[in-house]
Amino acid sequence: MIVNSIERGIVIDHITAGTGNRILDYLKIDTKKNTIAFIMNATSKKHGRKDLIKIENVTDVDLTVLGLLDPNATVNIIENGKIVKKINLELPKTVTNVIKCKNPRCVTSVERNAPHIFHLMDAQTREYRCEYCDEIVSMKNE
Amino acid sequence: MLKGKSILEPMDMTTAELEEIFDLADEIIANPPRFAHACDGKLLATLFYEPSTRTRFSFEAAMLRLGGQVIGFSEPNSSSVAKGESIADTIRTIACYADIAVMRHPKEGAPRVAANSTDMPVINAGDGGHQHPTQTLTDLLTIRRRKGGFENLTVGLCGDLKFGRTVHSLIKALSRYAGVKFVLISPEELRVPDYVRRGVLEANNIPFREVKKMQEVLPELDVLYMTRVQRERFFNEDDYIRLKDRYILDAEKMQLANENMMVLHPLPRVNEIAVEVDSDPRALYFEQAKNGMFVRMALIMKLLGIEVE
Repeated sequence: MIVNSIERGIVIDHITAGTGNRILDYLKIDTKKNTIAFIMNATSKKHGRKDLIKIENVTDVDLTVLGLLDPNATVNIIENGKIVKKINLELPKTVTNVIKCKNPRCVTSVERNAPHIFHLMDAQTREYRCEYCDEIVSMKNE
Repeated sequence: MLKGKSILEPMDMTTAELEEIFDLADEIIANPPRFAHACDGKLLATLFYEPSTRTRFSFEAAMLRLGGQVIGFSEPNSSSVAKGESIADTIRTIACYADIAVMRHPKEGAPRVAANSTDMPVINAGDGGHQHPTQTLTDLLTIRRRKGGFENLTVGLCGDLKFGRTVHSLIKALSRYAGVKFVLISPEELRVPDYVRRGVLEANNIPFREVKKMQEVLPELDVLYMTRVQRERFFNEDDYIRLKDRYILDAEKMQLANENMMVLHPLPRVNEIAVEVDSDPRALYFEQAKNGMFVRMALIMKLLGIEVE
């Protein structure tokens, strides 16, 4: 499948096949207003299969969550048809409403509107700690 | 600067701030009448979503002995909570009336939800099996008054180290003092949770040992902190019954301990300390309970920014 290159926007490439949908959800891009190319299961020399997202005319997306969802993805910012910036993905220090606390004793299990906030505890093991109950969640297999 | 702060866990206070609180508590103990009107016109709200005797009474007594007033509930079914009101809405409403609030809740992190929803200082008076910072203030004040400080102490914690919130808070608080060592005495099933073992002890390279038998470690301890196996934290009654009588401190075992070892317990006890130990001069749990009121008086004054000439 061939998708034309974009003049201006963001290209998120090398997404682990199957996670593109989730990434698109978390980036909160208005799919009614913006032009988006989303390719699933494209062939990749490096990974065998990959997902790919191209967002036209948008460059100011909050990409912090991306490091958590798929650290293997690559992000390029495009201006005038050229790559002007490559973004290195890092694990975010804090994430809100991305990880859900599974501790049944945690207040988030009863307080409806409390945001689920997790703080990075150990970057090597990709472990996060719940702001409220200190439950540790590993994102290694996520 | 403690004024206006919420206290949700012991690390919300620096070691310097802890010393300030303990110095003030010592002054109050030495001369209570001097502080009898320190909080005139101030109102403390007590939100107890879970039963409590000592903590609630000691907070109420603390505020009343400072000349302040107390409002609140000790039974959530008698408040709007029974109608399904959120913690955030409850605290916002109470902040319209009170100057400071104390919350106990069965869910872990509930006081943080409250503190995140208001500018009024909120004190965590115990959240599930998580943290209990003011019990830690009580424990530390009792240790400081006897030992003069916290450095180089070998502290044994015994019993339910998994759900024992006072244990988690005490380990966190003591982890900041040089030379402190921990001996963690518990059955396999009730060991300290991961966030304490890895997040506090291992992360700060604090020496600790996990053992199953109390007798073998008693001679080396400066402080023995006993805890109750808490029936209310178990989802399975059989597990509770199997584990509840695992550790009982009695006069015979006390003979193994050194002559200056302090025996502490956050209370209430069930049968983990035999009544015969009460008359041993090393048994300090009732002194600890008394210190609880004074240290809470000091904390309330600090959070409200009140000083007495």
